[in-house]
Amino acid sequence: MKKVGVFLVLALLIIGVLGVQAQTEPVELRIAWYDDGNEGAVLRDLLDRFEADNADIRVVIDTVPYTSILEQLPLQVEAGEAPDMARVSAGERYRGFYLDLRPYLTDPAYWEESFPAAALQWLRGADEDGTEIHGFPNQFTVTGPYINRTLFEQAGVDVPSDNSDEVTWEQWTEAAAEVAEATETYAVAIDRSGHRFAGPAFTQGATYFDEEGNITIDTPGFRTMAQMLIDWHTNELTPAEVWLGSGGTYAPGAPFFVSGELAFYMSGSWQIGNFATNIGDAFDWEAVPNPTGPGGSTGMPGGTAFVAFAQTEHPEEVARVMEYLASVDVYREFVERTLFIPGHQNLGEIDYQTELPAAEQSLQVFAAEALKLSDQAYGLQYGSNAFAVNNPVRDRLTQAIIGELSLDDAILRIQEDIDAALAAAAAS
Amino acid sequence: MTSTSPPTESKQDKRTDSSLGGLFKPIGGLFAALYRGIINVVDFVMHPLQDRLGVRGMAYVFVLPNLLIFGIFIVFPMLLNFYYAFTGGTRLFPQDRPFVGTENLETLFTCGNFFDPNTCRTDIFWRAVMNTGGYVVAQVIFLILLSLLSALSLNRKVVGRGFFRSAFFYPVLLSPVVVALIWKWILQQDGLLNGLIVALGGERVGFLLNAQWAQVWAVVISVWAQMGFYTLILLAGLQAIPAELYEAASIDGANLWQSFRRITLPLLMPTMFVVIVLSLIRAVQVFDQVFAFTGGGPGTATTYMVQFIYETGFSNQTNQYGLAAAASLVMAFFLLLLTAIQLRLGRRSDVT
Repeated sequence: MKKVGVFLVLALLIIGVLGVQAQTEPVELRIAWYDDGNEGAVLRDLLDRFEADNADIRVVIDTVPYTSILEQLPLQVEAGEAPDMARVSAGERYRGFYLDLRPYLTDPAYWEESFPAAALQWLRGADEDGTEIHGFPNQFTVTGPYINRTLFEQAGVDVPSDNSDEVTWEQWTEAAAEVAEATETYAVAIDRSGHRFAGPAFTQGATYFDEEGNITIDTPGFRTMAQMLIDWHTNELTPAEVWLGSGGTYAPGAPFFVSGELAFYMSGSWQIGNFATNIGDAFDWEAVPNPTGPGGSTGMPGGTAFVAFAQTEHPEEVARVMEYLASVDVYREFVERTLFIPGHQNLGEIDYQTELPAAEQSLQVFAAEALKLSDQAYGLQYGSNAFAVNNPVRDRLTQAIIGELSLDDAILRIQEDIDAALAAAAAS
Repeated sequence: MTSTSPPTESKQDKRTDSSLGGLFKPIGGLFAALYRGIINVVDFVMHPLQDRLGVRGMAYVFVLPNLLIFGIFIVFPMLLNFYYAFTGGTRLFPQDRPFVGTENLETLFTCGNFFDPNTCRTDIFWRAVMNTGGYVVAQVIFLILLSLLSALSLNRKVVGRGFFRSAFFYPVLLSPVVVALIWKWILQQDGLLNGLIVALGGERVGFLLNAQWAQVWAVVISVWAQMGFYTLILLAGLQAIPAELYEAASIDGANLWQSFRRITLPLLMPTMFVVIVLSLIRAVQVFDQVFAFTGGGPGTATTYMVQFIYETGFSNQTNQYGLAAAASLVMAFFLLLLTAIQLRLGRRSDVT
C-alpha cells in the first residue's frame, strides 16, 4: 500500500514536470530559405523581435543553396516532409500543398488589398475563382542588365545608353567587346538560366505563346538571340564557365561582375543587394534599361513568395508569423534593408537603407523596367504551361554552344522536351 | 630487529590484498551476474524458439536481421523501381501514378540509329550510354594497367616501400566529393594548373570547358582516386605466389619477362578477375565524383547513365520518375550482363 502511494506521488510529480515543460516549451517552426544577399540576416533580425514578443514561438531558418530550393524542396514537400514555411521562386510548383491561411488570419481582406491579385493567384492554381491565401510575394524582381562604368571609362568607350534610350543588343555587344579588348576583361555575360534568356529573346521578337497559350519555340526572334549567345562564346566575349562550367544547373555570372572582370552583365534586380555588399564603391556599377529590339524592350518579371505548407502541425502559429512578416511596417523594413523591390502594394514611401548612389540608381532603373514588361514575359512567368519551358531552353542551348547540337536541332529538341514535360504533367 | 620487520611488511601486503580483493570481488560478482542475466534473457527467448523451429530453423532466425535490412533497403526499392518503370506522370507516390505499360522503355529505345544519339527520342540517355561506355573502357584499362604496374613495383624490395604503399593508398581514403573539389581547384580556368601554364608563358587551357579535356580528366582523377584500392588487392595476389616458383624459373634460365608471363600473370588471374569485375561495375555506376567535378558538362560531355537517371527523376523541372526507373532497369541489365560474363569466365579459369 505504502509502495503504491510512493508510486502515485512520483507519477504525479513526473506528469506535473512534463506538463509545465509542455507549457513553457515554445512551438518550433522551420523556414526553408535561400539567400541572394543579406535578406536571411534581415529576416533573422525581424524574427528575433517577433520571438521576443511571442515567447511561445521559436522560428528556425534553414538556409540552403538556391538549387536545393529548386530540386530538393519539391520532393520534400511531395513526400510529406515539408517545412512549415519557405521562400520559393517557383510558386506554381507546390500548388495543392499549400496551407489555406484564411481561417487563421485576423484580417484576410488585408492580404487581398495589399498584394497583387496575380501573385496570390500564382499560388492558387488554374481556378480563377479561388480565394485561398497561401502566402505573399516577399520580393518582386525584374531581369535587366548592369554595366561596369569604370571599365567603359578606362577603355574610353561611350556607354551607349548615355546617348540613346533605345540601344539594341547588337550595339551593347559591340561596345562591350571594345571595352573588353581594351581592358583585357570579358565583354558580356548572362546567367545560365532559361528565365534570364527569355527577356532578351522577347526583345529580339521571339514569342513563346500563341493566343490559346500553346507553346512554339521556333521563331526568328528566338533564333537571333540564341545565335547571339552562341557567338558570344565562339568569339570569347563571355566567360565560358557560366554556361559551360556548371553542368546541368543554374549558374550566375555575378562572380565575374563582382570581381570587376565583366563590362556588361544580364541578370536582375535581386543582385542590387549583392552588389551593394560585395562591390560597394570599389568601382562604378549601375543598372541600365533592357535593350531594345524588334520585340520592344522587356525583361522578365519574377520574384519569390513566402509560403506556408499544409503539412505544418502548427497552422495558427504559422499564420501569426506570416501576419507579422506581411504587416506594413515589418515588410517595409525588410525591403528597405534588403534593397528588394516590394511585392506589397501599400507600403507608402520606401526609404532604402543605402547611401550608395549605384544602388539607388539601379533601384530606380528596375522600378521603371517593371512597367515595361511584355505580355509574353508575364505569360512565361505566370502561365500554367510555363514551368516546362526554361530548363530545356537552358540545357539545349548549352549543347548548341558546345557543338553537340546544331541550333536547328537544339530548337527542335527544346520543343520536344517541352511537349514531353507537358504530356507527363497532363498524365498526372 | 631483523627478525621482526619482515612479518610486519607481509601483514601490510596481506591487508592491501584483502582490501583490493574485497573491492574486486563484488565488482566481479556484479559482472558475472550481469553476464548471466543477459545470457539468460537470450536463452529465455532462444530456447523456446529452438524447441519450436529446431536447430536448422534457428539459422534463419540469426540471418533474419540482416535479411530484413537487405529486404527493406535493397529488395523493396528494387521492386518499387520495377513498378515505377511501368508507370507515368509526375506524382511521387505509387498509388497516384497511372500504369503505362512499356511506354517508358519504348521511349528510351526509340532510335533511328543507336550510334547516333541525335536520331533517338531520348538523345541524352544515349549520349549518357555512349559516354559511360567510353568512360568504362578507358577507366578500367588504365586502372588495371596502372594498378598492376604499381603492385609489381611495390612488391619489389624498393627503398621506402612502406611509404609508397601508404601514399598510393591514401587517395582511396578521400571522399569522392573531396577528390572532385581538389581537382576542380587545380583544373578550373583560374586554377593551379592554368596558373602554372600562364607563369611559364603559355595560354590558359579550358580543361573543364572543353568536352574532350573534361572526359579525359574525369578518367584521370577516378584512376588516381581508386588505383590504390586495386593495387592493394593485386599486391595481396602477388604475395600469395610462392617464391620457390621464381627461384626454379631463374635456375632454369628464365628472364624477368618470361617469369612475369609464365608465372606471375597466370597465377594472378583469379585476383585479376576480381579486380576487373569490381572496377567494371564501379565504372558503370560512375556518378558522384564526376557530378561534383564537372556537373556532367560541358554540355553533356561527362553526363553518365546514373546522372541521367538522377536528373530525369529528381532534378528536372518535371520529375519523370517512370522514365528514370526504366533507365535504371536498362542499367541494371547491363550490370547483370557484366556479372554473368565474369561468372562464366571465372568458372572457366577455375576449371583450367
